[in-house]
Amino acid sequence: MTALLSIKTRRTKLGHDEKKESTLEDSRKVVHLRVYRKNPKQDKSSHFDKFEVPVQRWTTVLDALLHAKEYLDKSIAIRYSCRMASCGSCGMKINGIPRLACYTKISEIDGNIITCEPLPNFPVIRDLVGDFSDFFDHHGAMEPFIHNQNVDIIDKNRLTEFIQTPEDVENYLQFSYCIKCGLCYSACPSVGSDTRFPGPQALAQAYRYVADNRDDATQSRLNIVDNKHGIWRCHFAGSCSVVCPKGVDPALGIQLLRGHLVNFSKNDKKLAESRTRDLGKT
Amino acid sequence: MKSSNEDRIYSDGNRRENHEGLKAWLNPSRYGWERISYWLQRLTGVFLLIYFVGHVIETSSLVDGKDAWNAMLELTQTTWGHLFLILVIGTSTFHSANGIRLLFTETGRGLGKPGRPDYPYSPVSLNYRQKSGIWIALILAATAMLYGASILFAGE
Ligand code: HEM
Ligand code: SF4
Ligand code: FES
Repeated sequence: MTALLSIKTRRTKLGHDEKKESTLEDSRKVVHLRVYRKNPKQDKSSHFDKFEVPVQRWTTVLDALLHAKEYLDKSIAIRYSCRMASCGSCGMKINGIPRLACYTKISEIDGNIITCEPLPNFPVIRDLVGDFSDFFDHHGAMEPFIHNQNVDIIDKNRLTEFIQTPEDVENYLQFSYCIKCGLCYSACPSVGSDTRFPGPQALAQAYRYVADNRDDATQSRLNIVDNKHGIWRCHFAGSCSVVCPKGVDPALGIQLLRGHLVNFSKNDKKLAESRTRDLGKT
Repeated sequence: MKSSNEDRIYSDGNRRENHEGLKAWLNPSRYGWERISYWLQRLTGVFLLIYFVGHVIETSSLVDGKDAWNAMLELTQTTWGHLFLILVIGTSTFHSANGIRLLFTETGRGLGKPGRPDYPYSPVSLNYRQKSGIWIALILAATAMLYGASILFAGE
């Protein structure tokens, strides 16, 4: 629960928690990193390596790991790129909760032991690096691009503009902020027991296109998720939305999509067909 | 297009490796109230299923005559029998009340609308309106259990 509470602290307070951070400067100049180590090609079982790392107020878990990699053990495997919560590659389990290492400051974490493990629900390639093949396959299966029969995207001369109002955009905008970091996928209990379940990320993307009034493939999109291992395996445990670092709220997308399937919320989409047909004429 | 197993970099090609499995359900402590609701709904659901099987066996004893039926009823007249019935009252109350909440939330009602996400992102679907449904279900269950206990144990 403490780790969860510290997530809440980050989410609910815009400013810095100054009291906590100043005590950090006084008393905790060094933290103990516990890093999960396993190379499945060589090792039968995993173990944790411990590193003492100096930290500042602004040090992130990724900074600390990179310090350990640079000065203490070059063989630690980590995946990262942007260091600013944009690329989605540094997801890992930090003190029990899936988080982005570059988006988690050491000063937000209670205690001075930081345990880093690979994301659950992703097979381990090495150390903290998981295999995202299944995750990306699920995303791809949602056909994450606009379908519109009335607009020819091959013939340049027939190109037409898709016009949307700001309100139209807000129907799907938050879902398009997804950086495919997989935190939601690793927090989801249904993914944990069913590899064929698309998971929160993919299902939220299915809704993103259903809610987009440029897209006219609602029915076929619903068919993709409406099957035995599909959307019905979501039980609204809400954990995906708790851990999502970008405010996507995948649980919202999934429940709204299910609303479409049971015909409760069909009015929140103006049909792309008529709109673009009209546009084509002008 | 699916990646084939040969495309996978990890050693044994086992897609289930590192998946949480049943552990994800067994530990509801890490992700807030909705996760607890998910855990309790299934726990109470499975309990009720077992209860219903037992209930059918119990009532079918009527076929064997009055004595058999009375012998069955005796089972519920013990302290353990009372405690079991109180558990049935609590689980069925929670399961029905939270089940009604889930019928709404799982079809997208009461969760709020998508909007422009701003830092610090707070997901609208985890709002207090729907969360309070879990607390109401828990309070109703506790009240029903207390009321049941007051009646069942009154005669002793
Ligand atoms: C008023 C009566 C009831 C209501 C409103 C209700 C509602 C629900 C709902 C909405 C769920 C799905 C939760 C989810 O998606 O995870 C559920 C799950 C379940 N229910 Fe009920 N239920 C009722 C009675 C019963 C009874 C009498 C039984 C047992 C015989 C039962 C057994 C189960 C089981 C085993 C589950 C777990 C399935 C799962 O985890 O998905 N329910 N219930
Ligand atoms: S929905 Fe959120 S948690 Fe899930 S992959 Fe996208 S950004 Fe990451
Ligand atoms: S390094 Fe890009 S999201 Fe963390």
